[in-house]
Order: sequence, then C-alpha cells, then structure tokens
Amino acid sequence: MSAVAEERDARAPWALAAPALMLFVGVLLIPLAMTVMLSFHDWGQYKGIEPVFILKNWHEIATDPYYAEMFWRTFRIAILTTLLTALLGAPEAYILNRMDGRWKSFFLLVILGPLLISVVARTLGWALLFGGNNGLVNKLLMSAGVIRSPIPFMFTETGMVIALAHVMMPFMVLSVWAALQRLDPQIENAAMSLGAGPITTIRRIIMPQIMPGVLSGAIIVFSLSASAFATPAIIGGRRLKVAATLAYDEFLNTLNWPLGAAVATLLLVALVLIVVGSNALIERRYAEVFR
Amino acid sequence: MAYLELDRVAKQFGAQTVVDDFSLAVGKGEFISFLGPSGCGKTTTLQMIAGFLDPTRGAIRLEDKDLTAVHPAKRGLGIVFQSYALFPHMTAAENVAFGLEMRNVPRAERAERVRAALAMVGLAGFEDRHPRRMSGGQQQRVALARALVIKPSVLLLDEPLSNLDAKLREEMQIELRQIQRTIGTTTILVTHDQNEAMSLSDRIVVMSQGKIEQIGTPQETYEKPASAFVSQFLGKTNDFAAAVDRTATPAQVAAGSWSAPAPAGLSGPVTVSVRPERIGFGDTGLSAKIITRIFQGNHWLFQCDSECGTAIVIRQNDGQAQPVEGDAVRLTWRTEDMSVRARAGA
Repeated sequence: MSAVAEERDARAPWALAAPALMLFVGVLLIPLAMTVMLSFHDWGQYKGIEPVFILKNWHEIATDPYYAEMFWRTFRIAILTTLLTALLGAPEAYILNRMDGRWKSFFLLVILGPLLISVVARTLGWALLFGGNNGLVNKLLMSAGVIRSPIPFMFTETGMVIALAHVMMPFMVLSVWAALQRLDPQIENAAMSLGAGPITTIRRIIMPQIMPGVLSGAIIVFSLSASAFATPAIIGGRRLKVAATLAYDEFLNTLNWPLGAAVATLLLVALVLIVVGSNALIERRYAEVFR
Repeated sequence: MAYLELDRVAKQFGAQTVVDDFSLAVGKGEFISFLGPSGCGKTTTLQMIAGFLDPTRGAIRLEDKDLTAVHPAKRGLGIVFQSYALFPHMTAAENVAFGLEMRNVPRAERAERVRAALAMVGLAGFEDRHPRRMSGGQQQRVALARALVIKPSVLLLDEPLSNLDAKLREEMQIELRQIQRTIGTTTILVTHDQNEAMSLSDRIVVMSQGKIEQIGTPQETYEKPASAFVSQFLGKTNDFAAAVDRTATPAQVAAGSWSAPAPAGLSGPVTVSVRPERIGFGDTGLSAKIITRIFQGNHWLFQCDSECGTAIVIRQNDGQAQPVEGDAVRLTWRTEDMSVRARAGA
C-alpha cells in the first residue's frame, strides 16, 4: 500500500514537469533534430530535396574556403563586438553603480531603453547614421577633424561591429552591474585605508571581482553576436555575409535547405562548444569569487 | 599630551546634524570605545577619523598634525570593518600583504611580517585559504591581521564583533584585548554592545543623538552615570522618583517609605538610580512585593512591585534562603551605591 504511494510520489515530479517538457521537446528538440537530419539530405536544382544520408553538404563546407571565410568572419565580428562591449560596458556599469539614486535609475533606463526597441529599427537607425560618404557620423568626424576622408561604414565589418556593440551593450552592462552588486560596499574604503590609490584599487581590487561578470556578459554578447541576423543583414547586406545570413540565403534564396541546415548546425555546435568551454574555464579560474 | 585629538568635530548631512561638538583627547596606547545606540553618530565619527567623511566643522589632530588635510590612503590607520571587507579573490596571506605591498615593503620582509601577523591572530597555517572558505571568526582575525600588519598609528574597529555568535564574541574580546595590550596600538572601537565596551576599553565615550553623554572609565560610566541615558544604556538600572526635603535637618531625600540624607546641591523632585545588584532585602526601606523570581544559575533575578513602580533586584546565589514570589519585602541600599539627579520636566 505504502509502496504504491511511494511509487506514485516518485512519478509525481515527472508528471508535473511533463507539459513543459513536452513543449520543450516539441518546439526545440524535434525541430533541431530535424535540422540536423536535413543537413545530411541531398539537394539538386531540379530534383529538390532527397531524403538520403550523404555527407555532400558537410564535405562542401569543409573543403570550400568560402565557408571557412564566412565562419572566420562571423567569429571575428563576434569577438570584436564582445571586446568593444566589454571595454565600454564595464566602466559604464562601474560609473552607473557609483551614481546617486535618482541619476542611477535614470541612466539605467537609458541603457536598458534600446532593449524596448526592435533590433531592426535600431539597426536601420545606424544605417541612416552611417549612410554612405555623406552619413551623419562621417560628417561629424570630418568636421571635428578626426578623419580626413570618410570611413566606409555600410557593408563593412567596422559598421557591423559598431551596430552590434550598440545592440549588445545592455547585456554587458547588466551582467557587470550584477557582479558589482555583490561587492562589499566597504571594499574600496578598505583598499584605501591600506594605502591604495583609486587606480590601484580598481585594478587590484575591483577588476578581479567583477571579472566573472565581464566574462559571463562576454559569453552572452559573443553567442548573440555570432548568431545575430538582423544587424548583419541590414548593415552587411548581400555583400558581407555571416553564418546566420548565409543560412538564411541558402534556405530562402537558393532553396538549398540541406546546405543551409548544415551551416546552421555547424554554427550551433561551434557556439555550444565555445560557450560551454569558456564557461568551464571561467568557473575554474574564478572559483573563489563565485562562491 | 593627547596623541589623537578631536576638537569640536561636527558632521552635517544637509540640514541634519549627525555628530555635534565632539571633543575627545586620546592618549597613546589607550583603548577607547564609542558606545551608543544605532544612529548616535559613533560610526560617522569613526569614518571622519578614517577620512571616508570630512567633518563639517572642527579639527582632528594626530600628534598635533592636522589629520583632515591628509588623504585617507596616506593616514596610515588600520581599520577593521563590520563586514570585514576582505578581498575575496585573494588568499589570507595576500589580503594581509596588500597594505605592505602598497608601502613597497621588500618581498622577503613582507612575507615575514605577514606570517607573524597571521600567527599573532592565531591563523598560522591558514595563509593560502581564501576568505570565503573561512569561518566568520577566522575572517575577523584576517581582517585584524590586515589592519595591524601595517603598524597603524591608530587602530579603528567598526563593530568588528557584531557578526559573531555570543561565545565566539567573548573569546574574540579577550583575544582583542590581549593583542592590543601586547602591541600597544592606540585603538578606537565602535560598538552598541555595552558589555563589549566595558570589558575592552580603558575609557568609554557614551554617545546619544550625535552628542557625547559621558566620557569615563567603564567603572565611572557604570557607577556614576552622568545622565539618565547613560544609566539606562549601560546595564539595567532602577529609577525611583524621589524628592529632596531641604526643610528637614539634615536634608532628606525620600522615595515612598525609604529615606536617606540628601546629597548637597539638589532640591525638589529628583531621580534616584540604583543598580539591581546593589539593592538588598532589609528590615527598613522601600516597601515592595515580589512579583516574579527567576533563577539564573549564579544569581537570582527578582521583579518587584514597589511603592515607586517596578524594581529589579539581582541577588548573588550564595546559598542563603531567598524570598519567594508574593513575599512582602523592604528594598534597601547604601547611599554610595545610588546616584541622585534632578528630575527633568518636573
């Protein structure tokens, strides 16, 4: 009798989790598995998709330098974007954290505000600012005497990194902000009382403690940038493709779904490996700060 | 001559005065406690000495040199924070070494001084431990070692023991006192715990609402409280409403059926304060009835309903028979054990 009850109890968590689990399996795992399967199918201009198991698409990706260049560019842009957000976002969060209550909430809103606007609208805004040689940014830089001739922003990696960094900045600021909240409020006074100046305090005391925040922010920014679609599509256009826009084109323009699926799968696997790997490294390196 | 001197120091935040007219002369090697309830300005005063806050008025001098003109990083004071504020990404040894590094102490000497400092606080062998892997008491010791290793001119302790449990706190109090005696560093302790202040300090500064109520040795502040606040704050006390009658010869002070020769200089309504442990049961004195009797091991605690309100009496458990609940008793005490103050508002 009681054994039956116990058995039922053991099954209860599964039963309760079942609806969410089924949704997860239905909308994520099954499509993902299908995409992976799709990448092994054959495709021809006139015969369409053939459900066979071949390595044609993977072989093409592995041997054609076009794909290597594409993935290299994707990760280069993602790394530069991550560096830029870290270099600007970490000091931004630190300054924000030191502000007075009212200003703090105002500027937090300013930083988070962009999240309320669609990425497409924001990127189109950047496109207007960049807008060829007569773009606002170029005019401003030239009149300020910073540059002589206009910098090409549109359809370049520079423009893409700038626009992506703007889109991703809130994730970095929030992540560093969370790390700053964990800091002992007296820690700077403690460093000062021991004779450390402000720069030493930031370098030796604050930086090491917010580094986990910077790094987890970097993981978020990196993975979102590497898989970003809207910004590269608008700023890069057809001329400067990244992995996400390539997969999109294979699916919708060339109609070569199996090849697109292979590109998407490779991007996913590469990202998962990078994120899991760096996360493990960070947790080992900063074990004492995370505790 | 005063080693550390605070001269009419005041701190205002906007219109609010947090510390007012604070004057104190601390001798070299002295152990001073700032004692008061939260919000009495004791931590603010400490932070002004440390340099984290600038006084609105007044001067702070160390060995006759103006301390307020010196940047906090250059004051060379050792501070132990309530939260310890240890650097979590550094080991115990690295924490302690930080102040020495900032002073460009050579590596070999640094290692030796760090080892000695950790040994002094009883943490030899814990050099490579990270603060978050240590207990509260151990973290407290690291914080103390970190503050002392730089040989500070003054050691400032901001409620350092308040995060420890009662037993550990007592142990640390004894240890803190021993360490301070051994190395002779002038020390200022901020605390709201009267037992802590009394067991550690040479002198106590009792504060209330930004003002000094009394400065004195633990015995003075306990036995001769300068104000009602001090007598209430430092341990339990009985306040009886009494009156001084100057027409009688000699002048008498009387509360209910108790009376004694009046001290000079007072007349009219007064308050008579007596500590619970100084009251005895006698044949004459204030009439009272015992309401509750609580046995507390080494002493008995009696709550009595007297002619002049509730009274608390503590009697040593010396094996003598004690009155029981409901007994009618007379409360009596020696005149030197009471303090008589003019009653405010009467």
